[in-house]
Amino acid sequence: MRYDELGANDREGVIAQDVPAEAGPLSLQRLWGIFIACILLLGLLGLLGFSLIRAHQGSMGIGDEVPDFILTTFSGEQIAIGDLEGQVVVINFWASWCMPCEHEAPIFEQAYQMYKDRGVVFLGVNYADTEREARAYLKKYGITYPNGPDLGTRISQAFRTSGVPETFIIGPDNRLADVRIGPYTALMEIVEAVENVLRH
Amino acid sequence: MYKITLPLSLLVILLLSSLLTPVSAVAQDNEPTDDEVNAIAKQLYCPVCENIPLDTCQMQACRQWRDTIREKLTAGWSEEQIKQYFVEQYGVRVLATPPAKGINLLVYILPPVALLVGIVILLRAFRKWRQATVQAEQVQPAKPEDPYIARLEEELRRRER
Amino acid sequence: MIIHVGYFSLVLTFLIALYGVGAATYGAIRRKTQFVESARHAMLLTWPLVTLSVLAIVWLLVSGDFQVHYVYSTTSNDMPVYLKITALWGGQAGSLVFWSWLMAAFASAVSLRKWDHNRELLPWVVVVIMVNLAFFLSLAIFFENPFARLWKTLDGEQITAMFQPRGTIPLVPVDGRGLNPLLRHLGMIVHPPMQYLGFVSFVIPYALAMGALITGRTDDHWLRVGRRWTIVAWLFLSAGLLLGSWWAYDVLGWGGYWGWDPVEVSALIPWLSATAFIHSVMIHEKRGMLKQWNMVLVILTYSLVIFGTFLSRSGVLMSVHAFAESAIGPMLLIFIGISFVGSFILLIWRWEKLKSKNQLNSMLSREALLLLNNLLLIGILVVCAWGILFPLISELITSQKVTVGPPFYERAVAPLGIGLLILMAVAPLSTYGHTWWKPLVKALLKPFGASLLVPLILTLRGITNLGALLGFWVVAFVALVTLNEFWRGAMVRRRRHGEIIPLALWRLMRRNRQRYGGYVIHLCTVMMVVGIIGIEIFQTETQATLVWGEQLTLGRYVMIYESMDQFDSPDGRFVIRAVVSVYRDGKYVGELYPRQDYYYAPEMAVSIPGVRSTLEDDLSVMLVGWEPTPTGGATFKVFLNPLVNFIWLGGLLFILGTLAAAWPDRKS
Repeated sequence: MRYDELGANDREGVIAQDVPAEAGPLSLQRLWGIFIACILLLGLLGLLGFSLIRAHQGSMGIGDEVPDFILTTFSGEQIAIGDLEGQVVVINFWASWCMPCEHEAPIFEQAYQMYKDRGVVFLGVNYADTEREARAYLKKYGITYPNGPDLGTRISQAFRTSGVPETFIIGPDNRLADVRIGPYTALMEIVEAVENVLRH
Repeated sequence: MYKITLPLSLLVILLLSSLLTPVSAVAQDNEPTDDEVNAIAKQLYCPVCENIPLDTCQMQACRQWRDTIREKLTAGWSEEQIKQYFVEQYGVRVLATPPAKGINLLVYILPPVALLVGIVILLRAFRKWRQATVQAEQVQPAKPEDPYIARLEEELRRRER
Repeated sequence: MIIHVGYFSLVLTFLIALYGVGAATYGAIRRKTQFVESARHAMLLTWPLVTLSVLAIVWLLVSGDFQVHYVYSTTSNDMPVYLKITALWGGQAGSLVFWSWLMAAFASAVSLRKWDHNRELLPWVVVVIMVNLAFFLSLAIFFENPFARLWKTLDGEQITAMFQPRGTIPLVPVDGRGLNPLLRHLGMIVHPPMQYLGFVSFVIPYALAMGALITGRTDDHWLRVGRRWTIVAWLFLSAGLLLGSWWAYDVLGWGGYWGWDPVEVSALIPWLSATAFIHSVMIHEKRGMLKQWNMVLVILTYSLVIFGTFLSRSGVLMSVHAFAESAIGPMLLIFIGISFVGSFILLIWRWEKLKSKNQLNSMLSREALLLLNNLLLIGILVVCAWGILFPLISELITSQKVTVGPPFYERAVAPLGIGLLILMAVAPLSTYGHTWWKPLVKALLKPFGASLLVPLILTLRGITNLGALLGFWVVAFVALVTLNEFWRGAMVRRRRHGEIIPLALWRLMRRNRQRYGGYVIHLCTVMMVVGIIGIEIFQTETQATLVWGEQLTLGRYVMIYESMDQFDSPDGRFVIRAVVSVYRDGKYVGELYPRQDYYYAPEMAVSIPGVRSTLEDDLSVMLVGWEPTPTGGATFKVFLNPLVNFIWLGGLLFILGTLAAAWPDRKS
């Protein structure tokens, strides 16, 4: 490039003309480049696709097998879901800062009292809460069935909850039998749900 | 006799009295200021709402978590211990960046690696283009470069604008 | 009636867009110019039609027709009129129509230009733009319809549908849910439209690039036409990002302007590749090099735009910016898949034809430095993309959610940013072609030495933070080199033409918009960097609970809590307002009114800080909590942000500078 050419090109609007391409075979390097780009592109699309599916999955579905987890209650007990196979288990996710949970709490205690001699297990999982507030909540509503914190939010992630309150009823075959997103509004609803599971 | 016992008893009294007064200044009232709580809360993220730092979030749950931090600070916990507690309770997502373990190592490895790859590609391209220039120059030798001429040409160029 | 006009305008535009695609393709393949002309007219028609639809939505919003679901979910009776209008882009459905409207505006504008010299490209430009427009319209028409209305069945069930389902009666709520209170701000008027303009306008250079690939006209015609459109698009996108940061800083009260939120980052990424393009296209113009790379950058930028759209509208990312999850996610993913794969195939097909005679004379030549600039910008792009995507990858593999937050981005981006700033100082002194390092180093020596005075003076005044010293040094270096360039150019003009300095500068800029406009933009950038250093490194904050008469101290400021009052505001909020007086170095400087607004519909509280702004610093006071008792305390959080207003001032000048640089010359 000589300097006078540079001067001419400094003015706007004049763009270098097309230079004829040199013919050449598709080199190995080019093929590698295309291959890597393909992998990245497909990988990206796959990642987005799977993330989309996951985002739209919603909570655990009815009939899914419930993964084994251990709940450490506020009183220090360790309850393993796997040990409860053969029984109907009602798992309720709640938090002390959640208003609808407070509406639901007394109904749950009543349901527990109704079913505790019939072998139905009630468990409360405290989601993303502080121990002091949680204990105060349990005391306020006189909850007597076992409750424990969801350490590391592992349990709620396993059930893929999207908020609180949510209730999952597990059948005797360790498969999910009923899901309730949101609070129960009457004792009858809980009874209906549990009876439904007991019947099958 | 007194020559030994007097200094000895003085020493004993001194030692005894040193046990009565605290040796190190341990503050009796440990109530942490809001700023100290916020300094830790800043580094944590609300477990429930995504991507909102704990010191900003105004939800009731977040206020409770800040109170938890205050409690732990009062009890003498260190910053590391408090952060560890939050991770145990709410999962690894409360931290601002994932701990450099297992698959999360990738987070920290990829950027420098990508930059290196970029530098390598660029250098190779430079080298290829430089060879092309050398070959072209062998065909057509460049003009002799004289700094005076270079400056003159530049001013002429400017004049043409 | 209005509802039907609005909806059918959308449908009609959709059909016309499809017609345009068909006619243009047929006309191009069969070489029948009348079909291509017809397609061009179709493209011209799209904007007036979508405008009808937009006017219909705005009418419904302002008149408060709550039977329309969109009006119900984004407005309420107590909102002022200007906010009701902004509800057009406040929700998913309306924002899709708004997006389409802006895209149609660019489509119509591009159809009006003289296509005589680029006849071959025209049909494919029409095809690409119309396909994109038709897609976004289809999302609004079939999935997220802003005209859908509420109906109630006889069983009391609620249905949302466009046309009245059998056996239902209209359900007309008395009041709407109202716009999220966080959005009720001046920023809502300017930021989303500017951001959308920025995104949407990149479809034009993309369409031109696609046209060049399809026709095989891989010479520079597409670039020549596309360059101005790209700068305009870049201008809008820069403005959008700046306005968003300003809005966040002004209202959110967390003392920051950029949270590295995933959706924010996804809006930054296309800006990075666009900035890389703006720099690399200069090499193309001067030396004809890098055609392949420029093509890649243009395609990448628009692809990243729709990638970002997908992330914020599909529900994949949770963020304050994300729209609520909806059915359009899969559709957007399919569209991304088709357009990414399609662009990629076209690029590979024409790759060899795009080969240019690449010659590099020296590692210090301007081409080399501009390429280094590209490397750093793409480096930042990769870091940002990785930060967004990694949580998704981690969640898929380990089922554990992780957060990749500001510390990651800051630590990775800062060194690259500093590198870019250093380049800003060195590159103006480099030349195209042969460069010897001796003259370059000699030319750099004076400004380099002078710039070292700045950290020296700062150290003597007590500033010891290494990052700040480095930052201010680089800023001084860039400023000195750039200002020197203006000086030299003006001097030459004075010698040649006898012009006085101001006139010389003016003429210099007029005749060399690209170069000196670029320098102005660089100066504005370093002005912003000054502000960024101030707030990032020297920000201080404090929080305390005070009763009436008590005070707190932050730096040289003292704030006294004077009183508090409460009142109802006519636009549907209950306001708790504190009055604080501010003293600086012991002298009274004014009162501030931090407040909390409690909205009735929807039930939410928003904290509005009281801010005292000067060029030197910002004192931002937020009312975080309060006790209703007379002796009860109020909790204040106070931020002191030094130099932060340089960001907004620099940003404003940045936009004006870009506008001046992009302004078309009278002759061209």
